[in-house]
Amino acid sequence: MVITVDIIILIFMILGALWAVMTRSLLRSAIALAFTSAVLSVLMFKLNAPLAAVFELSVCTGLISVLFISTISLTHPLTWEEIFQHMRERHKRFKYLPFIIVAVGIGLSMVSVKLNLPLPAPETNNDMRIVLWNLRRLDVIGQVVILLCGVFGVVILFKDEDKK
Amino acid sequence: MLSGLILLPFFSLIILNLPFRALMRRLSFGLFQCLALAQIILVLSPSVFLSGSSSFGVDRFFKFNLINDNLTRLMLLCIGMVLLVTVFVCRYTIKGPSERFNFINLLLIALIGTNGVVMANDIFSLFVFMEITAVASFILVAFHKKADALEAAFKYIILSEFAAVLMLTAIALLLFICGSASFPAINAALKNSPQNFLIMPAIGIFLCGLFVKAGLVPFHAWLPDAHSAAPAAVSVFLSGLQIKILGAYTAIRLVTSVFGYSRPVTQILMLVGSVSIIFGGLAALRQSDFKRMLAYSSISQVGYIFLGLGSGSALGLLGAVFHLFNHAVFKSLLFVNAAAVEAQAGTRDMDKMSGLAARMPLTGLTSLLAGLSAAGVPPLAGFWSKLIIVAALWISGHYVYAFAAVLGSLITLAYILSLQRRVFFGKIKAEFQEVKEAGFALALPALVLAAITVAVGIIFPFLAQMPKF
Repeated sequence: MVITVDIIILIFMILGALWAVMTRSLLRSAIALAFTSAVLSVLMFKLNAPLAAVFELSVCTGLISVLFISTISLTHPLTWEEIFQHMRERHKRFKYLPFIIVAVGIGLSMVSVKLNLPLPAPETNNDMRIVLWNLRRLDVIGQVVILLCGVFGVVILFKDEDKK
Repeated sequence: MLSGLILLPFFSLIILNLPFRALMRRLSFGLFQCLALAQIILVLSPSVFLSGSSSFGVDRFFKFNLINDNLTRLMLLCIGMVLLVTVFVCRYTIKGPSERFNFINLLLIALIGTNGVVMANDIFSLFVFMEITAVASFILVAFHKKADALEAAFKYIILSEFAAVLMLTAIALLLFICGSASFPAINAALKNSPQNFLIMPAIGIFLCGLFVKAGLVPFHAWLPDAHSAAPAAVSVFLSGLQIKILGAYTAIRLVTSVFGYSRPVTQILMLVGSVSIIFGGLAALRQSDFKRMLAYSSISQVGYIFLGLGSGSALGLLGAVFHLFNHAVFKSLLFVNAAAVEAQAGTRDMDKMSGLAARMPLTGLTSLLAGLSAAGVPPLAGFWSKLIIVAALWISGHYVYAFAAVLGSLITLAYILSLQRRVFFGKIKAEFQEVKEAGFALALPALVLAAITVAVGIIFPFLAQMPKF
């Protein structure tokens, strides 16, 4: 039963990812990515990784989506003709993508069943504050710098263009 | 003390972007110079560096588990030196105060990223800081928003993120095998279970990611475009520092301290290194764009570092690390010269130039010194590092690879002399009669880097004690 629920969640995640790749609008693509990320965080909660889930939800679903959407708002939208042209090319390019994803997924699951790999025990003992501030302090600083870098990127590469 | 090398640029970045932006804009250039100079002085002062305590008191609140050995110190020296040169070149080539301020912000992020990479003692932290450096580099390449730069940045993003996915997959596999991300724990776990069938795929995948980051053949597609289309100051940073920190240093650190040498690893390193040396050299021979030739030359020279590392001996490792330092010096110098020529002559097309040494004697001389060092001509610094690599390969019985290294050196000499002949030698063309030497901001770093190349080459044979890694 538990595995069935996991598989249903995984299917939702793959559908979200496909939506992000296939949709014609950049804004919808960013929303689809946030949706995929939110579904992934649900899966992480279910797999006893609450810390990773909180990070996925706050950083990937929240902060990164805000960054994407603010960047998209600074770009010029395409005309309908250009959108349809892109759609045609994209559908041609990604025609076989769903089949490849399904085949790879089945292949990987068969390999993992055959190898019978033991999963490492989940880390549930450590308090989140200890993990973030004592064990992964350097990474937290790094994450902050990456986000700042993304903000600089948006400001430097898009802000002037918007004014013009 | 080490934490300060990450935290000081981090807090500087925050302070620079607080209110009073007009004042901060004026201070930013000097602040960055101070940070880079302080890093060089700290690295060259072992007593301060190794004391373990911070005069700023930051270690009390932000104590990180960082590596503090000779290899890290040498890399920190290279970072300080190349970024100081980069900021000088930016002063000359990036005119607007607002643009320059944004550029310095990105350089601060690159400083945090590269310092983090060379000091990280944990494979996931290493990955995080590699990505910080890579993201800053994407924006720096596209900084002027010209069509070719945007295309080069896009190509770089795609290939770099492909490398990131490979490395993240390898990290996941290593976590699966070892249960920890710290270097000593991974090293101990790999030694305890050498027969685990996931080890070699994990190492192989990680190395492929590093080859992309280092721009080695056949993963080099992004490098010539990014290095030639980027602003002059960014080319100095990318070629002089970034590919070596993200690709070469990381490979040296992981192979020597974490993965350990094994026959497949050494074979892959030597094969990719030697193919890059030959291919990069031959491709450089065919270029007429000054910066593009230097970009292909970087592929070739980084190949030497991987070849030395792949020899599997202490001598080869010494040669690899020494060549890494030398390449940071002479390639930065060549890109400074390229910036001077582009700024003064108004073109990068070498077929359109001739006899510029008559009007730009300093640029001509320093460029010749850097080029000869790259080709391994004695007694310049590049000669010794290449000699050590060839000797290490010969002693360890890899005669074919030693021959490839020598052949690569001859090809390097050929394209360097071709560059000198087309740009600096011969009779000066009429349209360049009014050209004059570039300003102080380019002349000073060129002189200092040329002096280092000559001085290291002359002093090296007299060094009795080799550094231990």
